[in-house]
Amino acid sequence: MSVREVLRRIGLATFVSLVLGFFSLPLLWLAFTPFDSDPRISASLPDFTLHNFQVLMDNPYALASLRNSIILAAGAAALVVTCAALAAYALSRVRIPGRDVLLYVLLLLSSIITGTAAMVPIFLLAFNLNLIDSHLGVILVLTGGLLPAAIFVLKDFTDATPTSYEEAARVFGATPLQTLRHVVVPVIRPGLATVMVWTVAQVWGDFLMPFLLLRDPDKAPASVIMYTFYTEGGQPDLALISTFSLLYSLPVVGMYLFVSRRYGFRFHGGIKR
Amino acid sequence: MAPPTSPPAEPTTTAAATGPTPSRRVNDDAAGLGTRRAAAFVAPALVLIAVFLVFPAVWTLYLGVTDYRLTGIAASDPKFVGTGNYTSVLGDEEFHSSLWLTLQFVVGSAVIGQTVLGFSVAWVMRDRSGPVRRLVEAVILLAWILPGSVIAFLWIALLDRDSGTLNALLGTPGTAWLLDHPMACIIVFNIWRGTAFSMMLYSAALGNVPPSHLETARLAGASTLQTLRDVVLPRIRGHILTSLLLVSLWTFNDFTPFLITAGGPDGKSEIMSVYVYRTALGDGRLGFGAAISLVMILINLVIALLYLRALRERRERDGGDGRGGRGGGGRRDGRERDGRGRRGHGRRGGRGKRRKGVAV
Amino acid sequence: MAVITLSGLTKVYPGGVRALDALDLEIADGEFFALLGPSGCGKTTLLRTVAGLETATAGSVRIGETDVTRLPPGRRDVGMVFQDYALFPHMSVTDNIAYPLRIKKAAKNERHAAAADVAAELGLDGLLARRPSELSGGQQQRVALARAMVARPQVFLLDEPLSNLDARLRLEARTFLKKLQRELGVTTVFVTHDQAEALAMADRIAVMEAGRIRQIGTPAEVFRRPANLFVAAFIGSTPMNLVDARVRGEQVEAAGVLLPLPEEARGLVTDGQAVVYGVRPDYLDYSPSPVDGSFSGRVAVVENLGSSSLVTLDVEGVLIHALVGEGSEPEPDEHGWAVPRAGRALLYSDGDLVNGNDVTVAA
Repeated sequence: MSVREVLRRIGLATFVSLVLGFFSLPLLWLAFTPFDSDPRISASLPDFTLHNFQVLMDNPYALASLRNSIILAAGAAALVVTCAALAAYALSRVRIPGRDVLLYVLLLLSSIITGTAAMVPIFLLAFNLNLIDSHLGVILVLTGGLLPAAIFVLKDFTDATPTSYEEAARVFGATPLQTLRHVVVPVIRPGLATVMVWTVAQVWGDFLMPFLLLRDPDKAPASVIMYTFYTEGGQPDLALISTFSLLYSLPVVGMYLFVSRRYGFRFHGGIKR
Repeated sequence: MAPPTSPPAEPTTTAAATGPTPSRRVNDDAAGLGTRRAAAFVAPALVLIAVFLVFPAVWTLYLGVTDYRLTGIAASDPKFVGTGNYTSVLGDEEFHSSLWLTLQFVVGSAVIGQTVLGFSVAWVMRDRSGPVRRLVEAVILLAWILPGSVIAFLWIALLDRDSGTLNALLGTPGTAWLLDHPMACIIVFNIWRGTAFSMMLYSAALGNVPPSHLETARLAGASTLQTLRDVVLPRIRGHILTSLLLVSLWTFNDFTPFLITAGGPDGKSEIMSVYVYRTALGDGRLGFGAAISLVMILINLVIALLYLRALRERRERDGGDGRGGRGGGGRRDGRERDGRGRRGHGRRGGRGKRRKGVAV
Repeated sequence: MAVITLSGLTKVYPGGVRALDALDLEIADGEFFALLGPSGCGKTTLLRTVAGLETATAGSVRIGETDVTRLPPGRRDVGMVFQDYALFPHMSVTDNIAYPLRIKKAAKNERHAAAADVAAELGLDGLLARRPSELSGGQQQRVALARAMVARPQVFLLDEPLSNLDARLRLEARTFLKKLQRELGVTTVFVTHDQAEALAMADRIAVMEAGRIRQIGTPAEVFRRPANLFVAAFIGSTPMNLVDARVRGEQVEAAGVLLPLPEEARGLVTDGQAVVYGVRPDYLDYSPSPVDGSFSGRVAVVENLGSSSLVTLDVEGVLIHALVGEGSEPEPDEHGWAVPRAGRALLYSDGDLVNGNDVTVAA
């Protein structure tokens, strides 16, 4: 091995270590502190305990906020999957006049009207529709934002499905709705699952919309409650924050593992914002 | 035996009847849905999109020309103020400073930080497999998928003045990173947060560079830099452009820094997303905030249009240079783009754009 | 079991493309009927219009006594096998086969019993619990057939039934299909672009081009007496020799040689008329020594086809192909003679066969 080769290897090893260090450093706290009998702000190997989870259970907002997150995620996922599937299917199969223009406009809109850029009108809209402090309001606003991308994913799935499946069902006498139920939905189920997982992940982590539209802390989802735990006055309760962070993060990590196992590397990113 | 198919032989004899038809056309309605039912299928999605996505954007135009406020007289009876909000936004010191900070944020964290780091990791890991690669990818992806408010606290804890892990590591107790260097903090934070996308995109792109090209360069004795410049970059130029525009768009609209610095101290990290939140919902100046919103939407529009254009050009080039002709070559390229697009969705709307630049 | 009658059937696509152009066709009860033609000729559109997957722009489709032109596909009582089989990937073989009965609201055990019966008929027993992806191509095809058969429809429609099989399996499936059709006796229409397949399987063939039928006939008729140059060029594993020629009294001058005028064209052509002289390589007898009324030229190429060889003669610049049996192949560059067999040479004038008796030729 030449000197150059040795240097190159050392350089590579250093780079990889630095990258690993950089990315894992902030995560260490999340891994250790929840189990530390003396939770501190700095990451350190824990003096193992599960007591911190007792603190979590006792907090009136923690579990309720997770329930709220589930409501938002489930509601948005149901709405997004249903509407997107219907729309994507029709757009994929029937030549509706102006379809291409419609798709193009949706495409553009979905990328430029972000929650951040449109927070003022969205807030006012919810305000005027009496949707402030309502889970439904958050669900509808998030659904509106997620639908275009969801339609595109599902239209891709549907486009990739041969039309002969549906034609076969038709020849054997199935009505359009039977065709949909017996053939189309089962065939594009991976696509539906993809979109569902993606929507859940999006809503689960979303902070801005519930922060904007929900004033009542009893209705706030985990993302907002987490924020209030460490910003609202006094000394932050690290036992609570650490365990709550962990509990709140686990479903996303679980879904990520599930999806990457099931659909492979290709899908990795789909799960996250 | 002769081949089972005999294509029509001497064309001279059949020249009169030139077969006109493209053979199998796409069926217009395979499921027999009918246009009416199809429209009913599309309607719910369109209504939701129209009300909660399109309408807010259009309303921004109206709100921007009023003195709409959250409370007080102007809340119930907003007055028309013409282009007043726009002129005052454009003349606002804070707006200028926020624009400048946003530029630093986008260029520093996304265009330079995520892209360089993401590419470097992808390059170093390109022909490696095993536990090291899996570990590196796992931590980078973890940074990407964890909820924003959790991540934000992890960074607050890391950078804490009194007992943060960073100060403990560096032996610099008492350094208030978030107060002294707020912009640097959120830039580094965003690099940490978003590198995963660039890494995945570039590793997919590098997978598309034929190994024979890299081997040719090695046989010719090219250095790493020469290889990158002469072999790799030309092949992945399109990927770089699209990824730059996408991460710019996302970073520009990112609200997570609010969770760490809330724009402070003294607005020193008040990027556009935080600025619009503070003026509109903090100070209650909705009309003014709407004017900023419109500026943001316009900036988004410019980036998105550039992106669509880049995609279309790439598509045309890919189609035109004959690479696509080599059975399946072009196809695979499209596949690959698929995969990346899907990842893209991650952040809202990331994806759709790849779709055929839809007959613009 | 039913007759299929098409009259004036026209299909115009929104772009203005006429995929079917006023077709008239009657397919007899129990017939095994092939729609043959190059891609884009409208054969698949025709099949799909009979199935009801496409709606006719004009004209009518009758199956048996019923005018089905405006009926949806499910009420036409047809069974169809798709080119890609379209087996539902999420259903077992049983559920796939039983699907038409499920739509007809048959009880579960009833339809499973029926599916098992049909499956046994097609040699699929033992595979009933599998998913389509776990079957070989040939098995998938038989499942698709079983699904088409299970409801005992009046008509079978097969879209390129063999094209998804590899070459070896294709021969086997061909025999299987023909036998099955004979046993069932159900009117069956299949689409193919492969003339050998059509000749081998069908009772009658309609050769199509550009939305029209160019000839209808039995395989023998279509092969021996193509009604026009299009069919002549399209049918046959080795393409027919088609040579520009001129009538010279009782003879025809083609490629510089004088050949006897085909019997049936006598009196129908005039001296000096420009015609095309057609003869299949199969009907040219090769001779190493001079023969009167034959193509004579230098042997340019000899291609071995297995049990015979295809010899290409260069006759004054015109290439003439002849099939030569085992053992009598010439060497390249020899001089050779190719004699048209009596009654097998054809004359075409303005693209159509010149003959006295009326072979079935559609508009």
